[in-house]
Amino acid sequence: MIEAVGLTKRYGNTLAVDNLSFSVPTGRVTGFLGPNGAGKSTTMRMILGLDTPTGGSALIDGKRYRDLHQPLRTVGALLDAKWVHPNRSARAHLAWMARSNNLSAGRVDEVLDLVGLTGVANKRAGGFSLGMSQRLGIAAALLGDPQVLLFDEPVNGLDPEGILWIRKFMHRLADEGRTVFVSSHLLSEMALTAQELVVIGRGKLISQSSTEDFVAMATENTVKVRGPQLTALRSELGRAGVTIRDEGDSLIVSGMDCADIGELAARTQTVLHELSPQRGSLEEAFIQLTGDSVEYHTDLVDGATPATLVPAGK
Amino acid sequence: MSLLTAERIKLLSTRSPWWCGLLAIVLPVGFTVLLATQVNPTNAPGFEFTPAATQGTASLGRAVVMVLAALAVTSEYRFGTIRSTFQAAPQRVAALLAKSAVVVVLTAVIGAVVGFGSWAVFRALHSGPDLDLVTAADWRSVAGEVLVFALTGALALGVGILVRQTAGAVAILLVYALLVEGLIGVIPKVGRDIQHWMPFFAADRFLGIRDGGDDLQNLPLGPWAYLAYFAAITVVVLGAGIFAAVRRDA
Ligand SMILES: Nc1ncnc2c1ncn2[C@@H]1O[C@H](COP(=O)(O)OP(=O)(O)O)[C@@H](O)[C@H]1O
Ligand SMILES: [Mg+2]
Repeated sequence: MIEAVGLTKRYGNTLAVDNLSFSVPTGRVTGFLGPNGAGKSTTMRMILGLDTPTGGSALIDGKRYRDLHQPLRTVGALLDAKWVHPNRSARAHLAWMARSNNLSAGRVDEVLDLVGLTGVANKRAGGFSLGMSQRLGIAAALLGDPQVLLFDEPVNGLDPEGILWIRKFMHRLADEGRTVFVSSHLLSEMALTAQELVVIGRGKLISQSSTEDFVAMATENTVKVRGPQLTALRSELGRAGVTIRDEGDSLIVSGMDCADIGELAARTQTVLHELSPQRGSLEEAFIQLTGDSVEYHTDLVDGATPATLVPAGK
Repeated sequence: MSLLTAERIKLLSTRSPWWCGLLAIVLPVGFTVLLATQVNPTNAPGFEFTPAATQGTASLGRAVVMVLAALAVTSEYRFGTIRSTFQAAPQRVAALLAKSAVVVVLTAVIGAVVGFGSWAVFRALHSGPDLDLVTAADWRSVAGEVLVFALTGALALGVGILVRQTAGAVAILLVYALLVEGLIGVIPKVGRDIQHWMPFFAADRFLGIRDGGDDLQNLPLGPWAYLAYFAAITVVVLGAGIFAAVRRDA
């Protein structure tokens, strides 16, 4: 079990992680979700004792990382697949890590086999594709056969095949009863991989719940209402206490279904050009939830349909 | 013990230490051959044919060894493997001491090859009893390179840990060793006195190398005291590096 208590990290004027408390339960895949710049990588570096927290602490099975004896046997981590010397072979990279924690040389061959890199084990890691580097990083994380695994955005930049491979691998690790803590800025990805979710924005905890609950909360349905004159309807809706958002000449209403809105429109004698239920995409909903805490707004975020994102929820 | 093996695998599994090591040997020994073929008692009457005189080009090897040692840690920062290092060995002091030990052993071996190699090629080209290793001072000049190279490696590693960037560390080390120490002497009045307390000046005095025309009378320390002084500077710089690495985020 990983436990963060009041974890805080300040870099100069940037408060990267702000009084963050959460726990990662044993034997499950827990997603660590937040937009870019939310503080996920910083949190993971603090869990591994690489960065010293400004305040609070992170404990693994009740111990600080730096107090673990031969830590690779307890915690495996892949924070950045490019953290290998480009002129060192994959085998040598794993060999020094194995040696440092008194793991056998045979274990190096085992993990190479596990991630399918046996054939290129003696090639320099600098020539590896991102997918292969990612596998090498996973091999390194698995060296000590640890019960706890941390992965920072493992599917970032991978092709669909690589993404599928990583996803399957995570499930396999969880099936083996390991504790997996994996970060991502894509809710759709996490919905497929994680059973639990720790969601953060701007370094602060937004929620910790099961993925199911979070998705249910996040994909609350909305209704699109379009018409030439919506002022009267709008004030009626306002009185009914629903949430209204403007989108061009339409209203996006959440908290009331099409039938009720239609009746209300009839009562206020409003002409409607469109009244349609919207199944909000998971990504949109997630962006809405973390909306106030997104550090870098992009056009994609503000646009209506993030077409490039994976279709949500299924 | 396992950390030492890990650091050894790390150091020897990339090419740059091999190239640096080779260069650190070939460069000084090669120039010694050149020097030995050029000097003889008629064209260089002031040249003293002593074992110490065979070590005149070793400082070239020392410069390359500094690059080797600095690279051993700056390349880890450059490629992010320092994080894997500290992840595997969160007791950073132990991890960096293991790295220091491996670098020191390697540079000591290079120092031995440079010291005895330079002496051997010089003697092969100038047969005669003058170059035999007879006195303790003779041995100090030649075998002393082992200690000087080892300490130089540790010193450069310390600078590498402090600076963390290859270009910065190498620039500081080379500019300092090849230029600054020599130019300090140019400062009017106090220059020579300051120079007497410079680390590589100290190393050369331990070895008993005479650099051309310098006034080496009235030195503040004897050879072994100069070595101790050089070692003390090394320990301070390396210690500062390790202290900084423990305090800083990886
Ligand atoms: N070493 C650092 N120095 C200064 N600022 C940093 C450093 N690491 C991260 N930050 C800042 O902290 C914030 C959180 O970054 P990060 O943890 O990388 O977020 P995420 O991984 O969720 O995208 C960002 O604003 C980032 O710019
Ligand atoms: Mg990140």
